[in-house]
Amino acid sequence: MKSSPPSPASPSFSRFERFQGTSGYIASSALVDAVNCALALERPLLVKGEPGTGKTLLARHVAEGLGLPLDAWHIKSTSKAVDGLYVYDTVQRLNDARFGDGNVRDIRSYIRLGPLGRVFTATSRQVLLIDEIDKADLEFPNDILREIDEMRFTVLETGDEVVAIERPMVIITSNNEKELPDAFLRRCVFHFIDFPDVTQMREIVAVHHPNVEKTLLEQVLLKFYWLRDQKELRKRPSTSELIDWITALVRAGIAPERLEAEIPFMGALLKNEQDTRAIESFVARGGKTPKSFGEMGGARR
Amino acid sequence: MVFLDFFYALREAGLKVTLQEWRMLLTCLEKGLHDSNIRGFYHVARACLVKSEADFDSFDRVFARYFEGIEGAIELPPELLEWLADPKPMDELSEELRRALEHLDIDELMRRFQQTMAEQTERHDGGSRWIGTGGRSPFGHGGHHPTGIRVGGAGGGGMAMKVLEDRQFRDYRTDVTLDVRNVKLALRRLRQLTRTDGPVELDIDETIDKTCREAGEIELVFRPKKKNDVRLLLLMDVGGTMDPYFEPVSRLLSALHEERGLRDFKAYYFHNCVYERVFETAQLMRKQSMTTADLLRTYGERWKLVVVGDASMHPSELTSSRGNINPRHETETSGLVWLDRLQRHFERSAWLNPEMPEPWAMAGTVRTIASLFPMYPLTIDGIEQAVKSLVGARAETAKAVLAAGSQAG
Repeated sequence: MKSSPPSPASPSFSRFERFQGTSGYIASSALVDAVNCALALERPLLVKGEPGTGKTLLARHVAEGLGLPLDAWHIKSTSKAVDGLYVYDTVQRLNDARFGDGNVRDIRSYIRLGPLGRVFTATSRQVLLIDEIDKADLEFPNDILREIDEMRFTVLETGDEVVAIERPMVIITSNNEKELPDAFLRRCVFHFIDFPDVTQMREIVAVHHPNVEKTLLEQVLLKFYWLRDQKELRKRPSTSELIDWITALVRAGIAPERLEAEIPFMGALLKNEQDTRAIESFVARGGKTPKSFGEMGGARR
Repeated sequence: MVFLDFFYALREAGLKVTLQEWRMLLTCLEKGLHDSNIRGFYHVARACLVKSEADFDSFDRVFARYFEGIEGAIELPPELLEWLADPKPMDELSEELRRALEHLDIDELMRRFQQTMAEQTERHDGGSRWIGTGGRSPFGHGGHHPTGIRVGGAGGGGMAMKVLEDRQFRDYRTDVTLDVRNVKLALRRLRQLTRTDGPVELDIDETIDKTCREAGEIELVFRPKKKNDVRLLLLMDVGGTMDPYFEPVSRLLSALHEERGLRDFKAYYFHNCVYERVFETAQLMRKQSMTTADLLRTYGERWKLVVVGDASMHPSELTSSRGNINPRHETETSGLVWLDRLQRHFERSAWLNPEMPEPWAMAGTVRTIASLFPMYPLTIDGIEQAVKSLVGARAETAKAVLAAGSQAG
């Protein structure tokens, strides 16, 4: 069989580019598969995950990996769907009318395309990041449904229809602040960026703190994952808090042995009074923290 | 087709998979995105079919059940053999693929498969590399046959199955976990934004827009301020059978305290059942208490009532006029009557039960109380449903059981 050159499926491969990850972004195979699904289906990719797991970064690296330009639409609580398509700059037009500048009679020169409008009219394929879609109003995702589905919209003021020349690759991120409507979800390919496991975390820490002492790092990670495992915690520490904590430990020159016995600078990890008290009382009661990952059992998160 | 059973198994497990998503998956498989291995297939299927990390665990369990045995080299599930023996099922299959498949002898395929499995003795982290690099191996080749996916992938499948065994997404199930943030999200729906009353404000954006559209004629636009009109009254059972649920209940309470959106929020405590008095603290001290009659006078019917309790007690504690669990707090009126009064007084109410039995297992006082209040489990899903019933369209409640009780009062 090895002699039969290109595999039977290769003709279909050539129809779309494949994303393989880039040197600057450590993507899990599940993520790569999800990105490729979205590419193949020409559907938006919805990425969810805890804050600080690299959702926004993904779009930049997908664009880089595919060699396509990136446009971003950062959603705010006041964002409206129509803002992404175009804005009719009435104020500018009024200003021009008063002072006799510009071509006031031509409404088209006062239509400013939004991010969606821009990627639709671009002559080459683009990657569009719609960042933190859950920040907007509950109805927002439904409002852009048709535009993303059909890749076209009409400018009401002029009656012009904007049709996508090349279907863009749309990446949508959500922090889970609001539930997204089912009709919207059905049209997306979904990926959840899970919290990094210990191995991945070592790679991430290495990027920020390349020179941390090995024994210290082991203790740090052990304590960190142990903390995340504690069910009493109201807010589990995240990656960025771990990075801050390591900075504090390194600056203070804490020895790994001290870390074995206690958790210094707990404030860097726990941002909630009740959480701090819970852990303190646990330690005061003589509660033991594990000495190795083996002791922690199957818990990795 | 057997493959379709997987779709129905997912739906049975409560995942809202639709045909649209199923088509997406088939398209991906047709394009060979699964790389002919079960891990790839697992990733692709999950990306296409599941839209929330809360459903990952359910998906994993169905997947594991359905494709169980793929990992074990010797025991091939009969349906897999069936597929192999009859390689024609999908209409998406191109002529080219079909022809390629015909060259594959089933015995030869099986032999090589077993051989590869034998060579790969340990779990290989990058399992997909073993067999599935773009169909260069016979199994990659066979793998592009929709039925062949699992065969091709079986070698690398260990990883996916390992993941499934670990049930690493269990923590994201919304019907189990309850942390403050989750609860807050669930409570977010507890909103009724109204613009009906209150002072008006100048809508600047709308004013500018209108003015410009009117070619500079100043046009002022006013609108009433938006605000949340929901006022929430929480009654909580404490002590005794509620002790094991201290954690989830306190999380609900802190989420409610942190919820800034509410127009008003008040919490009172009771023990076992609501009798003539409710208490301001969990210590249930008389000097920090209020009669339930006063409670009904103080809080108007527009307040939303949420009761948290396991609703489990001796029947006499609910229905007897001397049923108060604390003999010093003698009462003339039974707990059931008080509950009925509460339920009748407030337009909307809900009961959150940390120990919610299955509907068929409901018995005794739980059953009685559930016929009075819409009852939901104290989980994220339960809280969401309760919130929906509090602010959404009016829900019907059966009141049959109650009729007898209220006459007794």
